Amino acid sequence: MSSSPNEELAPSSEELAPQPAGIVERLVRDDVNRKRFLKMAGSAGAASFGAFVLAACGSSSSKTASTAAAPASTASTASSSSTGDLSILNYALTLEYLETEFYGKVVAAGLFSGKVGALIKDFGRQEATHVEALKGAVEKLGGTPAAKPEGKFPISSAGQVAQLAYTVENLGASAYLGQAANIMSPEVLASALAIHTVEARHAATLGTLVKKSVTPDGAFAKPADMSTVLAAIKPFLA
Amino acid sequence: MTDYEIANPELAACEVHGVTRASFILRGALAAGALYGTGAVAPFVSQAFAETGGGDAEILNFALTLEYLEADFYTVKGKQVGLSGQAKAYAKQFGAEESEHVTALTAAIKQLGGTPVKKPQFVFPATSESSFLALASVLENTGVGAYNGAAPSLQSKQVLASAGSIVQIEARHAAAIDLLIGKSPTPNQGFDRPLTKAEVLAKAGPLIKKA
Repeated sequence: MSSSPNEELAPSSEELAPQPAGIVERLVRDDVNRKRFLKMAGSAGAASFGAFVLAACGSSSSKTASTAAAPASTASTASSSSTGDLSILNYALTLEYLETEFYGKVVAAGLFSGKVGALIKDFGRQEATHVEALKGAVEKLGGTPAAKPEGKFPISSAGQVAQLAYTVENLGASAYLGQAANIMSPEVLASALAIHTVEARHAATLGTLVKKSVTPDGAFAKPADMSTVLAAIKPFLA
Repeated sequence: MTDYEIANPELAACEVHGVTRASFILRGALAAGALYGTGAVAPFVSQAFAETGGGDAEILNFALTLEYLEADFYTVKGKQVGLSGQAKAYAKQFGAEESEHVTALTAAIKQLGGTPVKKPQFVFPATSESSFLALASVLENTGVGAYNGAAPSLQSKQVLASAGSIVQIEARHAAAIDLLIGKSPTPNQGFDRPLTKAEVLAKAGPLIKKA
């Protein structure tokens, strides 16, 4: 059995100050770490609910009372566990935005044709449906979807792009896997799992393209925690 | 086996425990969660999954049966059929990985205080490399749906994390096999469809010899 990656993620009752609004904003802050983030996400009952709504839902850089009021009033009917799920959904949304933009740029660059080109287009479209689903899920939970980040991706040759895509998809798969055990709502979990295995399918497909293993971790896929993933995507943020 | 119903357009009206997938993700249960609190819909979902059986050990035993099936298929049937090239390489690699899943699930069931099921006898209707790969595609894609369908009813977060790390491998196997036989590596488009136990048994059941 692969060991649990989540022992240190147990919710704590530690009270936390409100965090900056979006995941991307948090990402660029040096003091960001996932432990703190997830403590924040997991200890909804222990801290003021409004602060969590702000922290978990906001993509707006403006944290005025009026901005906070709308999501807060919507979300106040949701159970407190949904705030952690909102954080995770917005984190996933940020990653999906980047993947969608990446594939869009790859398609626009016209580096691939034929069967491979068709697969790349498929994958881009599928990432876009993930964006839509995650946005919808955030809104249904009463949150505000994270803002679309500006990406920047090195795109020079088909070989280089395929390699980068392989890396990105493996990262995406490990990111979803890293959050599965943190998700509280069975519905959100089911949706995340449905996306997780599609990221894995993309990664394996690209593995065949770049002649690398379709199962680089062997029989048990390794999860990646939030801080690892956020550090890895940092070079792709404009 | 070729009619495995995985070619649906994304967000098609597939049944997910009586709720269409589109509404499942975007409307139904999440909307209910937003209105009444996710705690209010959790019992509904748990009930939907309750058919899977009694607790984590029971779910893992179901998974163990599937992993036995897959491991046996690759390691035993693969040799009988006589594979070559990439098919042979995948059968060797995937068979070893499925065997690791068997070992891990067996240990996990014991840890949970359960009794691991014995390895059943299987019968695989594959006589050639092409029929072997077609069946491999069905088995791997069914495995993905089985884990994704059962995972939300797991109680232990540790077991859930482990199931997640296994289902990701099933998905990778499925994609590799599907590419090899000229099928889409993403037969469910953007969202892999969770399967109910009954749906899984409809695919896997005929391959298990009755005791």
